[in-house]
This record gives sequence, structure tokens and C-alpha cells, in this order.
Amino acid sequence: MTTQENAVAVEMITVVIDGFEVTVPKGTLVIRAAEKLGIQIPRFCDHPLLDPVGACRQCLVDIEINGRAFPKPQASCTIPVEPNMIVKTQLTSPVADKAQKGVMELLLGNHPLDCPVCDKGGECPLQNQAMTNGNPQARLGGVKRTFEKPINISSQVLLDRERCVLCARCTRFSEQIASDPFITLNERGALQQVGIYENDPFKSYFSGNTIQICPVGALTGASYRFRARPFDLVSTPSACEHCASGCDMRTDVRRGKTLRRLAGDDPEVNQEWNCDKGRWAFKYVTSQNRITSPMVRNAEGELVAASWPEALAAAAAGLVGKRAGVLVGGRPTLEDAYGYAKFARIALKTNDIDFRARVTSDEEANFLASHVVGSAVEYRHIDSADHVLLIAFEPEEESPIVFLRLNKNFKKRGLVVTSVASKASIAMDKLKANFIKVAPGAESSALASIALTAKSVILLGERASESAGLISAAIALAEKTGAKLAWIPRRAGERGALEAGAFSTLLPGGRPVADTAARVDIAAAWGVSSLPTVAGRSGSAMIDAIHSGDLDALVVGGIDSADLPDAADAQAALKKAFVVSLEIAHSSITEVADVVLPVAAVTEKYGTFINWEGRKRTFTAAVADSLNRSDVRILSALADAMGESIMLGTVTAAAREFAQLGQWDGARAPFTPVAAGSAAKTSGTEAIITSWRRLLDEGTLQAGEDNLAGTRRPTIAVISPQRAGALGVQSGDHLRISNSLGSITLPALVEDIHDDAVWLPRNSVGSTPLQTLNAVHGDVVTVVKA
Amino acid sequence: MSNSLEPKKSGAAANVDDVSFVEVDQPGPGSLAAQSKGFWVTFRSMFKKNLTVAYPDVKAPTEERFHGRHQLNRHPDGLEKCIGCELCAWACPADAIFVEGADNTPDNQMSPGERYGKVYQINYLRCVFCGLCIEACPTRALTMTNEYELADSSREKLIFEKEDLLAPLRAGMLQPPHPMYPGMNDTNYYNGDVTSAHPSQEGSAK
Repeated sequence: MTTQENAVAVEMITVVIDGFEVTVPKGTLVIRAAEKLGIQIPRFCDHPLLDPVGACRQCLVDIEINGRAFPKPQASCTIPVEPNMIVKTQLTSPVADKAQKGVMELLLGNHPLDCPVCDKGGECPLQNQAMTNGNPQARLGGVKRTFEKPINISSQVLLDRERCVLCARCTRFSEQIASDPFITLNERGALQQVGIYENDPFKSYFSGNTIQICPVGALTGASYRFRARPFDLVSTPSACEHCASGCDMRTDVRRGKTLRRLAGDDPEVNQEWNCDKGRWAFKYVTSQNRITSPMVRNAEGELVAASWPEALAAAAAGLVGKRAGVLVGGRPTLEDAYGYAKFARIALKTNDIDFRARVTSDEEANFLASHVVGSAVEYRHIDSADHVLLIAFEPEEESPIVFLRLNKNFKKRGLVVTSVASKASIAMDKLKANFIKVAPGAESSALASIALTAKSVILLGERASESAGLISAAIALAEKTGAKLAWIPRRAGERGALEAGAFSTLLPGGRPVADTAARVDIAAAWGVSSLPTVAGRSGSAMIDAIHSGDLDALVVGGIDSADLPDAADAQAALKKAFVVSLEIAHSSITEVADVVLPVAAVTEKYGTFINWEGRKRTFTAAVADSLNRSDVRILSALADAMGESIMLGTVTAAAREFAQLGQWDGARAPFTPVAAGSAAKTSGTEAIITSWRRLLDEGTLQAGEDNLAGTRRPTIAVISPQRAGALGVQSGDHLRISNSLGSITLPALVEDIHDDAVWLPRNSVGSTPLQTLNAVHGDVVTVVKA
Repeated sequence: MSNSLEPKKSGAAANVDDVSFVEVDQPGPGSLAAQSKGFWVTFRSMFKKNLTVAYPDVKAPTEERFHGRHQLNRHPDGLEKCIGCELCAWACPADAIFVEGADNTPDNQMSPGERYGKVYQINYLRCVFCGLCIEACPTRALTMTNEYELADSSREKLIFEKEDLLAPLRAGMLQPPHPMYPGMNDTNYYNGDVTSAHPSQEGSAK
């Protein structure tokens, strides 16, 4: 950390490596000090983010301290520098060189010669270092040890045990970084191997990282196996579109098709890790379901392919002079969201624009405008926090890299984590979090008594909008204690859309619609005489307005009506209205859309995501020759067709224009606290429902990736031991959760959950409470044994 | 003498007098004996054997190790030797080879072991017949034949697909996909332990 608040005077030590002096902080490992001089010591087990282990013995060097030499070469990855240390690496010490070559010979003794069929071939540290630091001739003859290969240690990770050099990077990662100790080293001697527990597959959300850090081809990904060689791939730095964590990524493309994605190295954000969803969920881009040409609904009510001018003219004809709103969805880039914001204000002359395609509240809208837009609580604040309070936020499921950062701080310095929730979770268990158990709906009452300091951080999830008064209570707590308050949405585009003004109460740069000066500011920049002054509607208000006849048309970005509160009602409204849909693939929206305009997926376009910190994550097109265009360009063409130009012909133009607007420096919208809600009353078999989305579930962007789906957590309904006793249910029995609208039957899990509550996943196979029950949090349902 | 040997630019005055000639020393006609020596060479060769052949009616065999069109070989039971490792494509200085590997599955075993070449293309408009691909091939799947008649009328036809390059099935070979020889693994195949197809392989051949 180079930030000022972390800058503590560190003792510096000077050592001599290969005759060169280097000064490094105390505690630095010899191998790292050598790196600083540009001296590469070969290594397999050493990884800067994992604890040293000295497993592979490849990094042997000669070390001498105060004139006394170690009798034998030492592993430079486990020994910290000391004053008066003299290190001789393989470059200057024949002994170290011979030792390294000997270790390499032994490592290769049992390593199969299957480089031609190994995915790692061409980017393999073992291959490379065998060439640079190995003997050209092998002296070990005989038959090599063989194992059955490959074995699936999960549906997406394959293990070739005979290739393993037992560096323990994968097991250390799982234990130290992900806290998912599902793999371990079994057996001893030549038979030592990575293994899984008998009944526990490697079901970690972070398992893909073990493949990336494996220094040989022992761990490979099932979906990338045999697909390409490193020299086939065109690599593009990119950003992850799956959640608001904001991971830096690398996308590898062969012949216009994404073959794999790897975690990028950004020490301030994702370090070198990412989650399995970010790594493997990219096949939706090439799915059969993609929309390939514009479509217009004809007189018979069928969607038929149309040319671009035809489709744009049909869309313009349906929108000009109509009362229209915009549903942006939570996944646009900053530039696309800016396009939607400008399109709504200039072409549709309305503030009816909302990016939140989920259960929302006016309290949340107020909070976003008053506290979130333009704020900057960052990952580094977690690193320096004394206490992190999680409210309506399940980090591992909803923002996995935030979980990794919390876990790192918990493991390294015992960070105190407190979670206000109805149900305990795996992440809470890993973080040894204080669990403040509340009934769904009564969360706000629990906040007042929590002791925080100015160094604490409150992480508020997007589900906070589902409990009345919770956001108000969190703000009050932050104001009382001085703790930092951050909002972590689930989708990657929400924060960017907020900043870009794709929101009913905000113009770009956080300018309040209600503020005349802010409107004049933007109107001048856009070259229009005035901007609409009437406060806009939220997404759910727009749906209601269509039903009541106050709204005629909608321009819809990437949303699914199943995510909206009361999905059936929303779908009926969309059917009633004139809908222009900008989509990548067929969805519930295209079923009712009157004009469908295909847009580019993330790998096909340029853009910027803004993660929960407010940090820009700019990426370029990985598939360079796609014919699909970004939303903003299509909106610009549509605005032209409507005779109301928004002049955003390219993503670059939108980015430049948005940057020139800058951040609003005037007064923010005031926040009006909302009264605390309370839990519903229950009796008998009634329970209050609560839920969240699993990281790996039925999400649209995970379509087409069966290997990834294989590591989903089981779909279960969770009840407390007390309720289980009352119902005569044990874990594994089936429960029926129902209300007047429908029912869901799931296997039960008896776990630590509030006695009045029942939990089920929000969008998993056989469990879609929002669609089936129109209830996700705080509503009363009936729970009986099925 | 003109100080330039460049041709006159068009448009300039092309007067013969402007051009000076360089006198070159030329031997005059030789003696009759010297002349008849040359005629004798011509006359004598009329009775020698012809070195040229009437191609394409007659085709002279090439040298044994002539670098001609490639061939993808098979194991004696018919399984493909190519494992789709792309080392040939990697070695190719002309970027003429394109390979895509894929998994062998129990239902679709094309080569011994786990991996086979699903797509294999050689672009003969690019190939320079250097043979580096042959040296790179770890399974001796790719070799070169002596076939040199590689001319065609379109670019597309000169991109040879896997089926164009595969060696024909010889006696004892079965058309893949079919399972590996019972009791043999890929190492046995490479060591040449499999000498022909086993009856059980035939039963499951598709």
C-alpha cells in the first residue's frame, strides 16, 4: 500500500545479491529482493499473494550472513532478508546453479512428456524454466509414475496428477485466499497428489484461480481444454461485466470467439484473483439466442427481420410525440448509460428513466441521489477499517471480490465483520462475522446499537431497498459514528448508470433534476434550450403509469421482466405499451417488443464500467471485427430518426462529452429519512420470506456454460431448528413455501436463521420466489412439510 | 560518348546524331576448325538420350526425399496419429497451417489418447515446403509425400482440409472413430505395439 494513511516508517535493510546492493523493507523475501534487481530466480511454489511454503525447492541460492555461510543452498522464497546478508544466485554461484538443476531434474523425473497435448504448453513455467535452468539431458531413465488422467475435481476443474509438481499453490489459495479448503495434498512421497475429500467436490466460487496460478498443466479448465494454444490467442485487457466488484480481466479470443478469460492484475481492486462467474460465464455472447438483425413487429403481430433504416423508422414513428420512458437495466456501460440519459431528456423530453431493474424503493432513490453519486469509498478503506458492517449484503454471493478483500483482512489482521441479516451464511462463517439476527423487515431497528468508529466501513447491499427505513437507519448510524458508508449494487452497470444520469432524479455527473442551475448547466452543454423539469418516474411507477394510461411507450435496455417486482404485471404492461428493445439476445422483453434493435455484447464493444467504489474500469473490444454496435450509437441513430439529435455517434464521443461535463459541485439532493419498518406478524406455519441471489444461478449471462453450472450451490429452503421441530422436518425433507399466488417445493436445510424467517435462493433452478410468489423479502408465506 | 547509359526520356529530341556508340571489343569470326567444334557438339547430342520428359503425359519420379504435399498418417489400426497439438502450426514460418484440437470421447475416439485434431488445414498458397512442420510433429503424424502437382484454379481449392490430407486406409485399418486397441494405451501406440486393428474395434466402429 502506498497510500498515506498506510505509510508507516518501515525499517529498510540492504543486502548484496550477486554483487549488487539492494535496499528493501524488513521482512522482504530474498527472492523478492532479487526480483527488484531484475534477477530471476526460478520458482514454482512461490506466489507473492500466498504465504511462503518452500515446497518445490527450485529457488535454491547460496546465502551468507555476517560472513557465515549456510552449509547448503537455501530456498530463497522462505528466507527474509537480514542485515549483512550476501546472496549468490545461480548466476554467480555454481553450487546454487547445480542445486537448481538437480531439483529440476528430479521434478522432471516423473513429469510426463505430454507437452504436445497439455493446455499449459507454451505458457508453462515448468517448460520455460526447464529450458533456462535445467539440464539439457535427463539422467533418470525408467518408467515414469502414471495416474489415471484427467480426473474432475469439480465440473469445471480437471486434474492431471502426473503433471503436478506439488507446489501447493492451489491448496494454499483455497485455504488462505478463498477459505474454501476443499482440496489438499494426499499421500506421501512419489504418490503425493492433490485430492478432494470423498464426498466434497471442489465447489468453490473461486476455483478458477487455482488453474491460473498452477505453474504446470496439472489443473486445467474443462471448458478451455484442448481449445487453443497460447500463440493462437489474441489477448485484450478487459473489465468484468458480471458484478460491481470491478475486476480487471484478460480476454483471450481465437478467430472471433472468446475462448477464455483470466483475472487481470490490479493490486488495488481484484489483486490477481477473480470469481468463477467472471472467468467462465462468457458463452452467452455466442449463444444460439443472439439477435442478429433488427426486427419489427408486423401487422400480424409477428417479429420479422428488418433493415436498420426500416427498424429505426418504425421505432421513431412509435416514439415521436408519445409519452415515453426508458428502462435502462443494470448492465450498461457508462457511455451507453449516458446515451440513454441524454436520449430520454432530449429525444423523449422526459425524466422517466430508471436503471434499477429490481425491487426498489423511493428511499433508495433518495439515498442514491443524496449519498452515493460521486462518493468514493474504496477497497483500501476496507484494508484500513477497524470494523466492517454488512447490511443486506452477502459479499460472497453478491460481490465476490469484496468478500476476498474482507477475508484477506480477516485472515491477516483479524478484521471484525458484523452482518445484519436474517440468515447466517457460508461467508459469515468464513469471516467469523458477528451475526446480528433480525426478522426480515425489522433490520433497521438493529442498527442503532452497533458501535462503530470513524475508521469503520458500512457496506450496504442493493437489497437494503427491500426493508423500509433500513437505508435511513444506516445513514443515521454513519452520521452518528463517522463511519464510511458505501453502496454495493450487484450488477456492473448500476453505479455507472447513476453517475451518467440514467436516473429519474439525476442528470449526468450527479446534477439534481430539481436544481435549476444543474439543468441550465446540462442544457447549455447539450445545446438545447431547456430540459424537462417534471420529476421522473421510477421503473415501477412507469409500469403503473402504463396501466393507468399515463405512459404510451418504453425504450428498454438489457432487462428481464422476471427481475421486476410483480413480473406478470410488468410483462402485461410491456405488452400494452409500444416497446423499443435494445438487446443482445431473445428475452422476455423481445417477446413483447414492437421494435428490437440488436446491440453489442461486452466483448464486442468499447466502454467503461464504474464499480462500487466509483472507479472507472475501461475496456476495449476483445472481438475486434464484430458488426454489432454499442447502445449509445444506436440510440444516437434513433434520435436522428426522430429528428432530435443527441450527437453521440461513437462510444469515444460519449466518453469525451461525459468527461467534459464533470462532477456537480453544487448542493446534493437532501435525504429525507423514512420511518423504520417492522417485521410482519406470523403465526403457526406462517413465515417471513427472505432471499438473495446466488452467485451461480439461472442468471441470463451464465447461459450456455454447463461446467460452471455444475458448481452451483444446492437449491434449498432454510428454516430454523425451532421451526423444523414444530413442523417435524429434518434437513433433506421437502418444504412447500406458498402463498395465494403459487408455491415452491424445495429440500429443507435446518440452519441458523431467524425463527420467523424462511430463506430460499432468488433465481435458482426451481426457486424463483419473485416470479412464483411475488415475494422476496419481508412478505408472509406459508411453510409446510411437503 | 554520352555520360549516361540511361534511355532517352520520351519527348526529348531523338536525333540519331545525339547518340554516340561505344565500341566493344569483339572477336572476329574464328577459324573453320573452331567453328566446326561447335557444330560437332550439336551433332553429337542428336544421338544422346533425352533428359526431358513429355510432361504431363510422362511423369518423372522425384527424389525419394522430395518435399511434396503433406500427409496425415494413421496408426496401423486406422486411428489418426495427429493429436491436434498445433506444434506444426507453431513451427510453420509461413503461417500456412491451421489446427484446432478437441477431446476424444468414448463415442468419438479419433486418435489414441485424449486429444485429436478436429480441424486441420494447410494453405498451399503459403506453404514453402520447408519441412519444419515435419520436424516439429511429435507423433510422426505429419509427413510429406512426393506429390508435387499442386496447382488449381482458385484460392479456396488450395486450402487442403483434413480429409484431403489424411492417408488412405490400408489393409487392416478401420475408419475412425473407433475405440483404441484393447489393453493398449497411447504410449503403446507410439511405441508401435499396435500392428493392426483388433476384431473388437470393428464391432464398435461407426
